[in-house]
Amino acid sequence: MKALSIRGLRKSFGGLRVTNNLNLDVAVGERRLIIGPNGAGKTTLFNQITGEITPDSGSMMLMGVDMTDVPSRHRPHMGLARTYQIITLFPRDTLLRNVTLSLLGLKRTRWNPFTRLEALDQIIEKATEALDMVGLSDMAHRPLSETSYGERRRVEIAMALAQRPKVLLLDEPYAGLSIDERAGIKSLISSIPRNVSIVMIEHDMDVALDFADRISLVYFGEVIVEGTRAEVVSHPRTKEVYLGE
Amino acid sequence: MNSRTIAISVALVALMSLPYWVDGTYYVNVASQILFMAIFALGLNVIAGYGGLVSLGHAGLFGLAAYTTSYMLQIGYGHSASIVGGLFVGLGSMAIFAMLSLRATGIGFIMITLALGQIIWGLAYRWISITNGDNGISIHGRPAPFGIEIGSAESFYYATLLIFVVSFVAVLVFVNSPLGAALKGTRDQPRRMTALGYNVWMTRFLGCLFSGLLTAISGILYVYYQQFISPQAVDLTASAEVLLMVIAGGAGTLFGPIVGAALVVIVKSVVSGYIERWNMLLGAIFVFIVIFMPDGLVPGIGRIFRKFSVRKRNNQPQTLAVEGRQK
Repeated sequence: MKALSIRGLRKSFGGLRVTNNLNLDVAVGERRLIIGPNGAGKTTLFNQITGEITPDSGSMMLMGVDMTDVPSRHRPHMGLARTYQIITLFPRDTLLRNVTLSLLGLKRTRWNPFTRLEALDQIIEKATEALDMVGLSDMAHRPLSETSYGERRRVEIAMALAQRPKVLLLDEPYAGLSIDERAGIKSLISSIPRNVSIVMIEHDMDVALDFADRISLVYFGEVIVEGTRAEVVSHPRTKEVYLGE
Repeated sequence: MNSRTIAISVALVALMSLPYWVDGTYYVNVASQILFMAIFALGLNVIAGYGGLVSLGHAGLFGLAAYTTSYMLQIGYGHSASIVGGLFVGLGSMAIFAMLSLRATGIGFIMITLALGQIIWGLAYRWISITNGDNGISIHGRPAPFGIEIGSAESFYYATLLIFVVSFVAVLVFVNSPLGAALKGTRDQPRRMTALGYNVWMTRFLGCLFSGLLTAISGILYVYYQQFISPQAVDLTASAEVLLMVIAGGAGTLFGPIVGAALVVIVKSVVSGYIERWNMLLGAIFVFIVIFMPDGLVPGIGRIFRKFSVRKRNNQPQTLAVEGRQK
């Protein structure tokens, strides 16, 4: 059984084909890196996997379950979590509230209009644990607006991990970070347990190559090269369209 | 006991003793108006402030509940049935409003609610066999819950105060609940909320229903207060007025809509007795608020208060140090 299996995925915006018969298989526990030039269709692929964009055709399976027609909001309940290229958090809330909202998304309690959110001890405890995992538990009650960009990246990852996903999609997690922050995020991603399969889009080859078990090169909406790090890096097409000679 | 609890306790005591310290029935009636308009504003604030869905058709819902209650009373139903009928129609209409309006957000939502509000205004104005058109519907008498007469200004004030307190507590509980947190999440990051597993549409729909319930309650209180309902109560100006209450007081705050309601009602009912062009004054106050406190009176005053306390705290050690040196 594959953690994520995509077959014949196609998507066009008018005359522009953004995903072109794309196939992708990610094994359970695998770390997969998606690379490709700007506009290759990497984030659009993530948006189709999460259901934010509906593909024109093709199929997607998550842990052996067909999710092609599953609404976007149900996919986290199936074990899919993601982070965004542009940080998408709740700026008026504290770090703890951000992670609590993430946990609450998978609980029936989210419909409860009577209980105080702060009184849900189990959820608060788990949210604190998730913040601890990313090294931010001491800042739990700080408003998000008073945190650095790197800390917000960590919060995004904490929110994703708090949901205990089976497949985690990381969209350029190193974008906009300083060298020190990159090192911190790198060690954080490395510490994610192997029962979580990770698919990551990243341009920074220095940090991303160490992470990947396998790499897929996406170009004009299709996977044109796929293999191990050595195979992909030495492939002539990779040099031609991405790395340069 | 923190300062917020003290402030609420003082306000509650002041409200409970109000008929004893204000001068005459007129001001007791003004206070009643502030309270039911505050319930209306609290209702709109649930979706506009906490849900980010600005409605310009809420007076239509307010009026539907009021018209239903008046019409049922007119054709011979008792107070209980008429009140239940008003609540039911108000809530049902909100459900229909929400199903149509939630197809859009932002400007789209505003325009759909505006159009729906105008439809209700048109019905109130033209469906003469039911609404009596421009002449409106008059009712006679007020209910006597548990045998307690609320015919006098004072007793009606206390009944309104009780309903206001219950409504306020309901909003307080709602906004601090998981569903309230989810509604605020859909205001700030709807895309992220979907990616976290929330049903954004349903969360907003439930927020709308709660808002509709409060609006219906205020509409019924209005008609029992005025003993009359006409199309003027459901027109666009009425929708805009309650929205201004929310914005002026502070959208997305608990006390903002109450302060906004008090401001508008006092200017309309009290200041208008002294200043002929009171609506110009109201306009000038809104312009002042928008320029100097863009997030509303309550957050604005809170910010000024915090700034002063920080300045005071920062000055204190310096003063002590100077005193120390002098010694």
